[in-house]
Amino acid sequence: MSGLSGKARERLLYLISPIGLLVVWQVLLMLGIGDRRFIPAPSDIAQRFVKLMANGELEWHVAVTLYRVFLGFVIGAIPAVAVGLLMAMFKPVRIFFDPLIAALFPIPKIALMPLLLLAFGFGDASKVALVAIAVFFPVIVNTYVGAANIEKIYWDVAKNYGASQMVMFTRVVFFGALPTIFAGLRIALAVSFIVLVASEFVATKSGIGYLIWNSWELLQVDTMFVGIVTIGILGLITSVLFQEVERWAVPWKME
Amino acid sequence: MAVERRGAAIEIAGLRKEYLSGPGRVLALDSIDLRIAPGEFVCIVGPSGCGKSTLLRILAGLDTQTGGTIKVEAPGWAVQNAMVFQESGLFPWMSVEANVGFGLMTRGVGAAEAAERVDAALKLVGLTRFRKHYPHQLSGGMRQRGAIARAFVTDPGMLLMDEPFAALDAQNRVILQAELVRIWEQTRKTVVYITHSIEEALLLGDRTVVMTAQPGRLKRIIDVPFPRPRDVLALSASAEFGKLRLDIWRVLEEEVTRARAEMEK
Repeated sequence: MSGLSGKARERLLYLISPIGLLVVWQVLLMLGIGDRRFIPAPSDIAQRFVKLMANGELEWHVAVTLYRVFLGFVIGAIPAVAVGLLMAMFKPVRIFFDPLIAALFPIPKIALMPLLLLAFGFGDASKVALVAIAVFFPVIVNTYVGAANIEKIYWDVAKNYGASQMVMFTRVVFFGALPTIFAGLRIALAVSFIVLVASEFVATKSGIGYLIWNSWELLQVDTMFVGIVTIGILGLITSVLFQEVERWAVPWKME
Repeated sequence: MAVERRGAAIEIAGLRKEYLSGPGRVLALDSIDLRIAPGEFVCIVGPSGCGKSTLLRILAGLDTQTGGTIKVEAPGWAVQNAMVFQESGLFPWMSVEANVGFGLMTRGVGAAEAAERVDAALKLVGLTRFRKHYPHQLSGGMRQRGAIARAFVTDPGMLLMDEPFAALDAQNRVILQAELVRIWEQTRKTVVYITHSIEEALLLGDRTVVMTAQPGRLKRIIDVPFPRPRDVLALSASAEFGKLRLDIWRVLEEEVTRARAEMEK
């Protein structure tokens, strides 16, 4: 390992615990400890993974889930950012929204699923709506906190240099809050996977959540694990992509 | 550059500022009367907490007075005032050139004209090479140059400066003082400059206003007789400079002592 840079070596070290877990898991099952019908070995899961990829089934479910997450994320995040900034800029907006957020944020969003099925039917719309609602709250709270904590001097500068409310909104408050907005978006991304997969357990025939639930009903435990692992992988990939977007969008953030 | 056009005229009469502090009211400024002539460079010194920054913020329209009047006449100036803050206040999310052009963008100056004026302002303060940098990539002195460029580029009738060099090291301070004098002598805008340094007030200004400790009142106004253009370094080494500095220090000393006694009570 002497040929590797310190950073690459550190990254490799991060692999020790997950790989170790998989090895222990595999070995225990091969030694006959645990029932392989209920707890498949990592090698069984890998085989099933490849098979589901080969017939295109997994890709289809992944595509459906990503589509719902993406759409719901965008629909929830954009108004959350806008309203969060307006709350920081205008007291009446804050007074209007503060109690609503305090009351609605703690409600488990998955509890709204039956209501959304009534409102939007069994198609994609109800799942997208659920994701949007779940994304809205962490994003609006983070946006407001970020904007409210912008140092006073920047408000003063903007005012002294003739900024209109529009310039204030688009050039000062938005960018000033952007690092904190990104923190909210990152939380929202994880939350959107959590609520979406749960919502896909019922009333749909597609998506990773459906794959997991359906394989449970058929007692295909290895397929179930494929679904679970896939969610993990999707979460990892999207969060890495997200960090890249953040680096590009917030170039002034000090390392 | 033509020096025909002179800066704004300022007339402050009976200015008073009170603010709420806990259960009581604090009188920050009281009966301030001051006339500032067009193109004059006035420095205000006083002990910490004497309300000199409050006075400047009222002039800048960032705060409102409790009583009294301020009249500013700035005919022929598109922008009445621009402020240079103690910490530069450059927006961290904008490049240096976007920061410098901010006051033009807000006022709807066309892109071509704005670019030209930003170019000139960056050149004036020696930041042309750093125009694409973000503020966190610059030293404190460079950030303050950027803040000065941002103020000058809007071509304001009066320039309000709130201890702009207080956070800099001694060398940078001397360099920036000299540059400010050079730039100002070309444009002759009216300047109101807050400082806690007597030396700085004497090096830069035409008049020095000494304020009292809380409540802030005008204690003495001193004419600074040194001719222009000024060589900041040579001036600070001269005998007259030393004498005047001592005179003002005596005046200020009473106030500083009084302020301390006030605090220890």
